[in-house]
Amino acid sequence: MTKKDIKIINELGIHARPAGMIANTSARFACDVKIVKDRMEVNAKSIMGIMTLAAGKGSLITIIANGVDEAQALAAIVDLFSRKFDEE
Amino acid sequence: MLIKKGIAASLGIAIGRAHIVKEENILIEQKEIPKEKLKAEIKRFKEALENTKLDLDAIRIKVLNVLGKQHAKLIDAHHMILQDPLITKEVPKLIAAKGVNAEFALSEILDKAEEEFEKIDDEFFHERKHDLFDVGKKILSNLVNREKTNLKDLKEPVVIIAHNLYPSDTLHIRESNKVLGFCMDLGSKSSHTAIFAQSMGIPAVVGLSDISRQLNSGDTIIVDGEQGMVIIAPTAEIIEKYRLRQEELHKQEHFFLRLKGLPATTRDGHKIGLMCNVDSAEDSAELANIKSEGVGLFRTEFLYMNRESVPTEAEQIKFYSTVVNAIPHLPVTIRTADIGGDRATQLGIKGLKDERNPFMGFRGIRLFIKYPELLKTQLKAIYKANLGGNIKIMIPMLSSVDELLTVKKIANDVKTELIEEGYRIKTNPEFGIMIEIPAAAIILDSLLSEIDFVSIGTNDLVQYTLAVDRINQYVSELYEPFHPAVLRLINLVVQTAHKKGKPVSVCGEMASDPYAIPVLVGLGVDMLSVPIKMYLRSKYAVRSMNFEKFSALSQHLLGLSTADEIRKIIEEEVK
Repeated sequence: MTKKDIKIINELGIHARPAGMIANTSARFACDVKIVKDRMEVNAKSIMGIMTLAAGKGSLITIIANGVDEAQALAAIVDLFSRKFDEE
Repeated sequence: MLIKKGIAASLGIAIGRAHIVKEENILIEQKEIPKEKLKAEIKRFKEALENTKLDLDAIRIKVLNVLGKQHAKLIDAHHMILQDPLITKEVPKLIAAKGVNAEFALSEILDKAEEEFEKIDDEFFHERKHDLFDVGKKILSNLVNREKTNLKDLKEPVVIIAHNLYPSDTLHIRESNKVLGFCMDLGSKSSHTAIFAQSMGIPAVVGLSDISRQLNSGDTIIVDGEQGMVIIAPTAEIIEKYRLRQEELHKQEHFFLRLKGLPATTRDGHKIGLMCNVDSAEDSAELANIKSEGVGLFRTEFLYMNRESVPTEAEQIKFYSTVVNAIPHLPVTIRTADIGGDRATQLGIKGLKDERNPFMGFRGIRLFIKYPELLKTQLKAIYKANLGGNIKIMIPMLSSVDELLTVKKIANDVKTELIEEGYRIKTNPEFGIMIEIPAAAIILDSLLSEIDFVSIGTNDLVQYTLAVDRINQYVSELYEPFHPAVLRLINLVVQTAHKKGKPVSVCGEMASDPYAIPVLVGLGVDMLSVPIKMYLRSKYAVRSMNFEKFSALSQHLLGLSTADEIRKIIEEEVK
């Protein structure tokens, strides 16, 4: 299992488009990917699950990947955040 | 007569007969499916998903044609919901585990998701549940094989009343061309429906709680999208009153069009310059269409976005030329890119760390001075795009004489290099600075000898003067353009610049605020630069004011001590 804490820095938080990007990226990997926020845990492959986190700017989340390709999955998702989901 | 107060979602007034959109009730029964037929049931569900996908594709094409790319993205989100494991995996799992029909399994899963969404306080995220239901309903109607009641087939103009309208319903509304306005029980200012209504220019009031149960199809209703009110069964007198207001609004729109090409001159003959703010090449056609006097602020950040390398000189020349060529002979003020440190990192510039407070950090000219190659490339491109000699250069985020001298030296070096390369510079572009940092306003007298003009960026000037980050919810209330400190700073800039005969323009949001315009012009501002869609409206505000009166009034305002006092007087005087 590998995980990383992330602070949401893009202006609109994880709205539909970033949620879709996270779900699409997670779905490319075989391992389980979960996102945890304030004790709430959702499947990162589910766009609706991610949206129910209501993760706005400034919130803290943890991404947890568990499975054969967990390292690559985590890196790919963290990359989305550091690119601010290509917003701006 | 009954008046109901809701939320004004889209401007305008509609008077007409109500058409109630009945919520389509698909009755979902729980049926037991025998074990040997479970596979077939799951297959039936998968087919419904396939059909829904085709429906979405068809809707997407329509949305793209009718409403444009931005709105088509919503359908992309619906596609992703359709592929969500919540639907593709959980529903078949439930069918198999419980031995139930697909409709029931799907509605169970949707109900559970709804519970999760109901827990969300944040309005924006909470509203997204409607996207899920819109998709859920489409799958259901494909399962039960029944068409949704269609809004496209309206025979006569009506006001649509609904409990809730889904994004796909609003599309039918647009296609039908028969909808005068609409009202909803649910919704808020940031719901998709409100955004659609605004872009379609259809008056709408939402958040009316139970309007859909308060009246019948055929009842007369007035939708007041200005005040967020709905009037059911209005008296003849009220209808007449609203008709007049409606006519007035129509006339206003027409009237604004007639202002095309007229000068921005006050009633007593004081002329100011009225320019546009642009940030992309797509704006250039509209610039000519509204007969803009020029561009007062050309934001070039756009060119640096969504990419991983710095834009080349050739790319930049092309970008600037599109706008310059759209309005030949008219001034175009290009602001060098106001990008922050995080953007620079993404453009491949190494060695930058995350900043704790980017607004007070490494952005605008500060970044370009540290990375002079970026500034040099941009200046070279500007010089080369200046074939007609009507480009001006403007520097953002400047706070000291040192910075100004450094930038001017770089500009001179660029010129020398170009001349050495054999390039002929016909005209020297005028050179100006943005006044966004209070320090620049206060030391303006020391900066003026090096520049030709100044432009006040009010959004940042207010933010830095009041130390208020307006996207910070805890302090955003303190953001106040009419704070006496802001008006006095603007006055200081105008007085100082005029003493040396240098013109002052304003290019922030205040420049297109109908209440701020008379004050800015009264204080002696020479030019306003406004968003394209506010151009004619702003011209109207200038043409309706009296310069002598507001000169005197503005001087009086400068002596007041609170924003409330200032606002009260302006609201009384501007009608």
